[in-house]
Amino acid sequence: MREGRETMSVPVLSVRDLRVEFVTRRGTLKAIDGVSFDIAKGEVLGVVGESGAGKSVTGSAVIGLIDPPGRIAGGEIHLSGLRIDNLPPEEMRRVRGRRIGMIFQDPLTSLNPLYRVSEQLVETIRTHTNLSASAARKRAIDLLAEVGIPAPDKRIDSYPHEFSGGMRQRVVIALALCAEPELIIADEPTTALDVSVQAQIIALLKRLGREHGTAIMLVTHDMGVIAETADRVAVMYAGRIAEIGPVRDVVQNPLHPYAQGLMGAIPSLEADAQRLVQIPGAMPRLSAIPPGCPFNPRCPHAFDRCKVERPEAIQHAEHRVACHLYDQSPARTEAVA
Amino acid sequence: MTERPFVEVNDLRRVFDVSKPWLNRVLEGGEKQYLKAVDGVTFNIAKGETFALVGESGSGKSTVARMVVGLLPPTSGEVTIDGVSMSNAADAAERRRLRRRIQMIFQDPYASLNPRWTVGRIIAEPIRAFSLIEGEKDIAARVGELLSFVGLHPADGAKYPHEFSGGQRQRVAIARALASDAEFIVCDEPTSALDVSVQAQILNLMRDLQDRLGLTYLFISHNLAVVRHMASRIGVMYLGRIVEVSEGRELFTSPKHPYTRMLLDAVPDVGMTGRQRIPVQGEIPNPINPPAGCTFNPRCPLANERCTAEIPPLRSGVACHAVQEGRLAPHIAA
Repeated sequence: MREGRETMSVPVLSVRDLRVEFVTRRGTLKAIDGVSFDIAKGEVLGVVGESGAGKSVTGSAVIGLIDPPGRIAGGEIHLSGLRIDNLPPEEMRRVRGRRIGMIFQDPLTSLNPLYRVSEQLVETIRTHTNLSASAARKRAIDLLAEVGIPAPDKRIDSYPHEFSGGMRQRVVIALALCAEPELIIADEPTTALDVSVQAQIIALLKRLGREHGTAIMLVTHDMGVIAETADRVAVMYAGRIAEIGPVRDVVQNPLHPYAQGLMGAIPSLEADAQRLVQIPGAMPRLSAIPPGCPFNPRCPHAFDRCKVERPEAIQHAEHRVACHLYDQSPARTEAVA
Repeated sequence: MTERPFVEVNDLRRVFDVSKPWLNRVLEGGEKQYLKAVDGVTFNIAKGETFALVGESGSGKSTVARMVVGLLPPTSGEVTIDGVSMSNAADAAERRRLRRRIQMIFQDPYASLNPRWTVGRIIAEPIRAFSLIEGEKDIAARVGELLSFVGLHPADGAKYPHEFSGGQRQRVAIARALASDAEFIVCDEPTSALDVSVQAQILNLMRDLQDRLGLTYLFISHNLAVVRHMASRIGVMYLGRIVEVSEGRELFTSPKHPYTRMLLDAVPDVGMTGRQRIPVQGEIPNPINPPAGCTFNPRCPLANERCTAEIPPLRSGVACHAVQEGRLAPHIAA
C-alpha cells in the first residue's frame, strides 16, 4: 500500500499543517489554512482548484517566495527530510534553484528579455554547479535538446522574444532543470499555451519526471491536464484540501461534494449532457470564509454539523477527504440519528 | 424553395498591414508586409442555431467575429444578416435597424464593462441608444427584468462592475446584449476567463436563454469541449481558413481533416479512456509568411507535393487534398 511505501522512504516534499496568512488593514486573511500533503520521488501531484483556492500560494510557500504582508503562520515544510520553511533567506536561495526548480505560467516573464538564452542558462548552471564556462554551455545545449528545441546549438544564442510561446516554455523548463532539482513546482505551466502545444509540454513534463525521478507539484485549474499528467491530485477549496487521492479515483469517483460538482461542471468530449452540473454561488472571499466547512453554503448535502464544525481529513479507501459525510465516528452517527 | 439562412458569410477576407513605418522602410529597405488574418471564410447560420468557430490563437476566429458584427470592415467579402448586407451602403437605414438585433459578448468581462458606470446604466445604454423604451421608470423596470433574466437581483443595477465577480460580470454583459432585444449574439470566448464551475453556470444560462428567446449564436472558442457542448454546427479554423465544417457531434466521432484529428488528440482527456493518440507536432506557422499551398502542410503527416503547391478548396465540409483524393483512412472512433 502507498502508506507503507511512504514510511520506508522519505518523501521529497512533505507539507504538514501549512498556514499562510496575509495581514491587511481589514484583518488577517487565511489564504492557506492547514494544508498537508507529501510528494514521493518521481511522483506528480496535481493541485487543482478555482481562482483564489490557494493553489499558487501553496506553491509559493514551498519555494519560500511569500512576500509581505503574507507570511507562513504555522506548519512545517520538509524537502527530503530537511526543514525549509524556517531557513534564512540566503540559505533558502541556494535551495531554490538547486534543489527546487520552478516553472511559471507566463514564460515571457520568467526569462530576462535583455539576455540571450545561453547567458541565462549558463549563469544558472554555474551558480549551482562548479562547471567551467564551456562545460556549462555544453550542458545548456544538452538541456535544450532534452526539452525538444530543434537545432539547440544554434538556438541557444537567441533572445527570448525570438522563440514562440511553446518554445519559450521549453526554455523555462530547461532553466528549471539546470541543477537537476529533486522537486519542480510548475504553476499553470500550460495555461498560456494553445492545446496542441500544451499537449507537447505535458508529455515533456511527464517524461522528465519519469526519467530523472523528479517530484513534480503541478498547479493548474485544468482538470484535463491533471488527469493526463498527475499520479495523485489534491482538490483545494478556500485554502484547504477538500480531497486528495489517486488521480483516477478522484477524477472518476470524487467523494467531496465540491469535487463532485467540479467534475460535473467540465464539458466533456465524449459524454452528452444537456446541462452541466452547476455549483450554486461562488467561492467565498478570504475575508468571509463561513464557519464550519467552508463549502457548506453551496453544498447540497450540508447538515447542521457542517455549519459549526470544521471537517478534518478522513481516510476513505485511498482518498483523504475533508467532509463530515464520510465520518464514521460516533459523533456522526449521533448527528444522523 | 429553401429558406434563406439567417446569417450568411460569403468569402470574407481581412488583410492587416503590419509593415514597419514608412521611414524605416525607406532607410532599411524593407518591403510592405501584410498579414492575411482571414482568408476566404464562408459559412451560414440558421435561425436559432449555434454555429461555433474553433481554432488556436492566430487562426483568425476573433477577426471573423469582429467583422460579422461590423466592428471591423472586411477587406473583401460580405456578411448578410436576415437578407440585409452589412457592407452595402445603400440600405443604411435598414442596417441601423439591423444593428439593434446583433450584439456581442466579449472574453474579458473586466474590460468590456465601463468601470465608472453603474450596472443599471450599462444595461440601459442599448435601450436608450435605440430609443426602445421611453420614460426612466419603464427603462428601470426593463433593466430590473433583464437582471433577473440572467440570474442577478434587480437591485444589483445600482452597483458598479467592480463589485461583481467575473461570472457575474459576464452575466451583466449578457443582460446588456439582451437589452436591445437582440436575436443574433456573437460570443467571443465568453467563458475563457472564468473558472470551470462558473463557466458551467454561464454556459447553462446561455442555453436557457437560447431556448426561451430563440437566439442565434456565433460562438468563438478555443476549447473543443465547450464548443461540443454548445454548438449545433462547428467550423474548425487554421491560419485564416475554415478547414472543416461539420455537424456538432460528427466532428468528434468522425473528424476528417488531419488538423482536426490532431487537435482532438491533443485535448487533455478528463475521461482518461487511455485512447491511443498521435503525438502533436510543430506549432502554428507565422501568419505573415504562411506556407504555400495548404497552410497545414508542414505539420501534416499526409502532405505530398500537391499539398505544398495548391490550396485545397472546402468541399463537402473539408478542405484537404488527402481527404478528397481518398488518401486518408477513415478515422476509427475510440
